[in-house]
Amino acid sequence: MSLGKTEVEYISRLAAIEVNESEVDEVAAKLSNILDLFSQMQAADTDGVLPMAHPLDQVQRLRPDVVTEVDQHEKLQSVAPAVENGLYLVPQVIE
Amino acid sequence: MHNLTIKQMSEKLHAGEITSVQLTQHYLDRISQYDAELNAYVTVTPELAIAMAKEADEMLAAGKGELLTGIPVAHKDIFCTDGVKTSCSSKMLDNFIAPYDAHVVTQLKKVGMPILGKTNMDEFAMGSSSESSYYGPTKNPWDLNAVPGGSSGGAAAVIAAGLAPMATGTDTGGSIRQPASFCGITGIKPTYGSVSRFGIVAYASSFDQAGPMTRSAEDAAWMLNAMAGFDERDSTSLERETPDYAAELGQSLKGLKVGVPAEYFEDGLDPDVEIVVVNAIAEIEKLGAEIVEVHLPNKDLAVPSYYVLAPAEASSNLSRFDGVRFGHRCENPKDLEDLYKRSRSEGFGAEVKRRIMVGAYALSAGFYDAYYLKAQKLRRMVRDDFTKAFESCDVIMGPVAPSTAFNIGEKSDDQVSMYLSDLYTIPVNLAGLPGLSVPAGFVNNRPVGLHIVGPYFSEAKLLNIGHQYQQVTDWHKQMPEQYQ
Repeated sequence: MSLGKTEVEYISRLAAIEVNESEVDEVAAKLSNILDLFSQMQAADTDGVLPMAHPLDQVQRLRPDVVTEVDQHEKLQSVAPAVENGLYLVPQVIE
Repeated sequence: MHNLTIKQMSEKLHAGEITSVQLTQHYLDRISQYDAELNAYVTVTPELAIAMAKEADEMLAAGKGELLTGIPVAHKDIFCTDGVKTSCSSKMLDNFIAPYDAHVVTQLKKVGMPILGKTNMDEFAMGSSSESSYYGPTKNPWDLNAVPGGSSGGAAAVIAAGLAPMATGTDTGGSIRQPASFCGITGIKPTYGSVSRFGIVAYASSFDQAGPMTRSAEDAAWMLNAMAGFDERDSTSLERETPDYAAELGQSLKGLKVGVPAEYFEDGLDPDVEIVVVNAIAEIEKLGAEIVEVHLPNKDLAVPSYYVLAPAEASSNLSRFDGVRFGHRCENPKDLEDLYKRSRSEGFGAEVKRRIMVGAYALSAGFYDAYYLKAQKLRRMVRDDFTKAFESCDVIMGPVAPSTAFNIGEKSDDQVSMYLSDLYTIPVNLAGLPGLSVPAGFVNNRPVGLHIVGPYFSEAKLLNIGHQYQQVTDWHKQMPEQYQ
């Protein structure tokens, strides 16, 4: 499967990763090679096979719905780049 | 001191012949002397190591020491370490000081193991060569032109060169066993869920598994005893009693049925590596094992299905690195989308970006059934192949990798070729089985590992097989001449 500029732009948007104009051809070529590897899967007959999400077929373990976390905000915020009044400061992106 | 086994170090520490401070300083001195040429550590923590060694000496003096007390350890830079940089060898986390310890780090701290530092790795554990680190490639102590394997290449290199007696690693598609094979050390990937993933930076959650990397199988058993166990903070941690992984050390291999898959010895395997592996299996046979032929017909489908599933999980796990919640943040973003895209593009390296894009694509509308769902079905078929094989044998043996360590730069521009270097290890991760790599010989002075795979929870058996093999061979005792 060969990807073009349109597909690379679509994937770049999905992945939230910028691909510069100068990189498009190289990215397209490398992703196409990987997708070619995936095409080997299509030859296998998987009719009736159950998909496997967990290696041990276990269901998600649940815990009682009670608060167990202790307040550590001071310790956690001590490694944050910017905090004010107990809140994390992030860059303004909305005018 | 760096030539002693863990058990010998422990005996000397408990007898008061050496102190943990002396032992730890010995390794710190070796790191100062040799690490510049290997680039195996990304962070060295001498003050922390000596402070912890002093505490360990106090534990020993008070008679509270355990087998591993006072023996230093190196942690792969994917394990969070309280107050120490945890970068995952990425620019994205170059300024991240973890505010807590990973469960494994806590476990090893509890028994009094001083932390020497953090080892280099492929960025976010994505790779098979340890070349994709933001801090530059690690070199193989056996040949500085060769890669140490990946992604736990730094961990393997520090043990091979005697810059740590033991190290933690993680194995998502072979990242403990393949570097162990390339560097001539012992590494085991335990059954999925046996060791908590809490505090390990997530790559592919249904594959990631931590394990020990050591000189010998016996050392690995002692280390796994300290690492493993149920942890309620990891929802995939197995809720079962933790076995004694050293319990079977010393048992005879008489009557052991060893399955050798015909598919492991087809085209693609280096003939010289094949000779080493066949000789190693013959040595196991001499110890009383019976060799039987088994089949893993879907082996070749494991690599493409892994490279759909693991990147798909990675694209989700790494979405948290967006310049807001975690990680590098770009300067002067013009809007939110620009902030996300530029932060991620500046912070991630090429291979990480590639896997995130592949994963996002595989999960996208229109491709989910053809890629992701298909790969999940193949995952079950690969697992079922192993289940069937284990009906006629106790363990499976074969190569860890199709070649010895390749040269630095040799596969950097050919991702598919790099991916195929994990074709023997990946099926084990798809199935969640335990797998061990033990040194079995050399080809042109580059080490070769023997791969031993067992059914779920057979780690003690695997470690005993490795131990018995290491009683009659000395491959695991050999060190590169310049680091002896």
